[in-house]
Amino acid sequence: MKWETVIGLETHAQLSTASKIFSGASTAFGAAPNTQASPVDLALPGVLPVLNKGAVERAIRFGLAVGATINRRSVFARKNYFYPDLPKGYQISQFEIPVVQGGAMTITTAQGEKTVRLTRAHLEEDAGKSLHEDYHGMTGIDLNRAGTPLLEIVSEPDMRSSEEAVTYAKALHALVRWIGICDGNMQEGSFRCDANVSVRPAGSDTLGTRCEIKNLNSFRFMQQAIEFEVRRQIELIEDGRSVVQETRLYDPDRNETRSMRSKEDAQDYRYFPDPDLPPLVIDEAWIERVRAEMPELPAMRRLRFMATSRVDLIEIVKSRSNVDQEGVDDELFDESVPVLQASALKATYGLPQSDATTLVSSRAMADYYEGVVATGRVDPKLAANWILGELSAAMNRAEIEIERAPISPVQLTALLSRIDDGTISGKIAKEVFDAMWAGDGDADTIIANRGLKQISDEGAIDKIVDEVLAANPAIVAEFRAGREKAFNSLVGQAMKATKGKANPAQVNAILKKKLGA
Amino acid sequence: MMTSSLADLSRALAERRLSSVELTQAVLERIARINPTLNAFVTIDAEHALADARAADARRAGGEAGPLNGIPIAHKDVLMTAGLRTTCGSRMLENFVAPYDAHVVAGLKRAGTVLIGKTNMDEFAMGSSNETSYFGTVKNPWNVACVPGGSSGGSAAAVAARLVPGATGTDTGGSIRQPAAFSGITGLKPTYGICSRYGLIAFASSLDQAGAFGQTAEDCALLLNAMAGHDPRDSTSLDRPAEDYTRLLRARGSPHDGAQPLAQLRIGLPNEYFGAGSDPDVAAALDTALAEFRRLGAKIVNVALPNVNLSVPVYYVIAPAEASSNLSRFDGVRYGHRAAKYDDLADMYKKSRAEGFGAEVKRRILVGTYVLSHGYYDAYYLKAQQVRRLIADDFRRAYEKCDVIMGPTAPSTAFRFGAMTGDPVQMYLNDIFTTAANLTGAPAMSIPCGFDRSGLPIGLQIQGDYFAEAQILDVAHRYQQATDWHQRSPALNV
Repeated sequence: MKWETVIGLETHAQLSTASKIFSGASTAFGAAPNTQASPVDLALPGVLPVLNKGAVERAIRFGLAVGATINRRSVFARKNYFYPDLPKGYQISQFEIPVVQGGAMTITTAQGEKTVRLTRAHLEEDAGKSLHEDYHGMTGIDLNRAGTPLLEIVSEPDMRSSEEAVTYAKALHALVRWIGICDGNMQEGSFRCDANVSVRPAGSDTLGTRCEIKNLNSFRFMQQAIEFEVRRQIELIEDGRSVVQETRLYDPDRNETRSMRSKEDAQDYRYFPDPDLPPLVIDEAWIERVRAEMPELPAMRRLRFMATSRVDLIEIVKSRSNVDQEGVDDELFDESVPVLQASALKATYGLPQSDATTLVSSRAMADYYEGVVATGRVDPKLAANWILGELSAAMNRAEIEIERAPISPVQLTALLSRIDDGTISGKIAKEVFDAMWAGDGDADTIIANRGLKQISDEGAIDKIVDEVLAANPAIVAEFRAGREKAFNSLVGQAMKATKGKANPAQVNAILKKKLGA
Repeated sequence: MMTSSLADLSRALAERRLSSVELTQAVLERIARINPTLNAFVTIDAEHALADARAADARRAGGEAGPLNGIPIAHKDVLMTAGLRTTCGSRMLENFVAPYDAHVVAGLKRAGTVLIGKTNMDEFAMGSSNETSYFGTVKNPWNVACVPGGSSGGSAAAVAARLVPGATGTDTGGSIRQPAAFSGITGLKPTYGICSRYGLIAFASSLDQAGAFGQTAEDCALLLNAMAGHDPRDSTSLDRPAEDYTRLLRARGSPHDGAQPLAQLRIGLPNEYFGAGSDPDVAAALDTALAEFRRLGAKIVNVALPNVNLSVPVYYVIAPAEASSNLSRFDGVRYGHRAAKYDDLADMYKKSRAEGFGAEVKRRILVGTYVLSHGYYDAYYLKAQQVRRLIADDFRRAYEKCDVIMGPTAPSTAFRFGAMTGDPVQMYLNDIFTTAANLTGAPAMSIPCGFDRSGLPIGLQIQGDYFAEAQILDVAHRYQQATDWHQRSPALNV
């Protein structure tokens, strides 16, 4: 029996507003317990919620970025249940009419590109934290987090493997950071995913019973949890038993999912529209303002990095828009739309797809790249090679993000332009790079202090080649005997004699001439 | 002095005929003598009251005194008063000291009033007789064997017994107007959204409104001036230009100017308000009052409000539903009553709430939970909200034909203690004339218009269209210039 896995993801992204969604208290992480909870967050008698427009703005931004519909009128609803970290005894959320409807994400896996449709995204408030470990026989309640704005993003059950689910989660994570609505810090709980997993016989179009795996706070755990759950469900069904719809938690130490609560305990949340909040009305002017301030999105930026010219960019975009995608706002691909017009005014770099894809994996990296090439002093491919090569390797070794790299785009530009203008070779440049990373100064200073300037003077190289030829008669003889590799050996000798500073192209040319090759 | 209206006392203070300290001392002395019988107050803060009075006198000496400066008032115990115990008439908040002032409390404080204390009320504002308070029943000053009405029974009794010249109340289904009628005083509920609900401990969020009690319409207008106004902390608070609710009361000449002061007024009488079921004495008093309005120049027209009889069932679906959610925060975790002994979290919740809430509150939480629950939401809550719209549409159509709508405030006069506690539904029918104004959000007030054969007061309800507070206050004011029901006060035998 061949089985098909069906996965949908629900993601809670904490929105990066300075204050909470319904109160003025701070959302900053890490404060002493219960120091960032206002009377509204504490649900004192008589308090009332007031909506933070910044949270709405971020929801609009998300909706536009995924090509969703922004509902012009949406309603806040109370989700009623009792828990100590939920001070009001209800969570203000959105139920029947969310602020964002539809939309889609495009993901790229080993199998190629795939569209994951979104059902909706809605605004709600986060609950506080229950701390069990530090208190014997009791639970500590910290309400600092209570009232933090969340955007709950719900996907359709379009994913068919744990890889697709993780790829989607990573793409969503990158997007919310890219558009500046969420810091994506999974350790701090800014980005939390629940996976709805079910299996069915391959070829069937009815959905199997699903289980929800809650609070997966790393991509690795997400993958492992889904894979375990799929195996568990298949085993159950093959054993003649059935999957019970329930909520489960993943235990990374044992690599298994465990039941949290069963369907029998399923809660009736008694949703009803919150009478303390009027319907949220979003007018065209607001949406246009947000649209105008949207950064160029990763998909468009990637195409622009790949295009060789403005005309080429428009052609690429138009050809992609012929792919009919349900729920996707085709405006993204309409050349009359300001989004494309704005992009078409920017530079194009003609990079290969793989380079472009990696460079847009974060907005910071894409910005860094353009910070280098925008000056026009550096070849785009050279810049891409160095950022994806040396710079990324150094970042990985130091375990830092590009925002914290000790070499700025301006500084890297200076280094790379010294390669372009022949002052140093690519190989020497690596040495200069390492010195710059260590804080030894800028490129020119290091080149001067260490005397790393490439030797390009014809006369000097001529002399060095003569010396090498004189010192290596055996290798010369091998070359004359027909062994091509001997040539490289002689080049190597010349480079060694000059401590790598000789201009390799000139060494090659002069050596060829002298050998009559 | 103690029988003077708030407006008269304001004039007396302005003319330096007495000081706020003198007035406050007289108030406190009278309360000490009479309140033990009536039980109108839950908390009396004599020390701070006298400090408020001294400050008020100082302000007056310094030349900065508005019309409410130095006037002693009481707040219904549903309103948060910083530093002062706020109980909502419940064991759940028996020892709860409010950390902040409600918006309307702050407004009255800024206006210079003297805060005497917090008045008794039906628990969590749920009731029509002030029989559900954890702190005991409030007695009607006209007959201590009778209820004062509810839920703002304490405020109504306090003003009726002339313990304070003015008091705040809140009105969710009639809780200002019905006690005003039962206690023979004037009470006003403004348009929903005029007074901020920040600091008003929520019962039913889409229905609650703070309002005022006084002896006269002018008293209520003066209090409303200090209570009304936009509050950015309440998302349902209306942002409108400030209004002086006394402006029409001074607009025309003296009451004896001979002309018919209400010549332009069309009074709508709903057919549905005058059927069988009302007490005959109430019906007779209404007739007499309407005759007086005709004499003042008003025209009477019949209007139809075909869905208004659904007000009570609609109200008793929506209000408990919202209350069941609003009262979830009283769980013993952060404040309020927590059971002394419990085995686990669920046990703590159950015991704390079982002990903290009285029977009527529990009843309404259960009803509210039921009508919101899966499978019943559409048939009850959603349907009730839809019918609510129909009721509002009826009033909208009626106001095309009339300016104000009148009728009895309550179907009877004050009943005896225990007369209705055996049948909750019968108790709910007390609200039959008042709930519509909460469901639609329109303003309404009750004024005294007579007495029944046993000497109990009868109230006339005046309803207006949205934002017509100044107009209905003026209509009431003209009636009170021509009659003296509002000047009668009970002969308390204490």
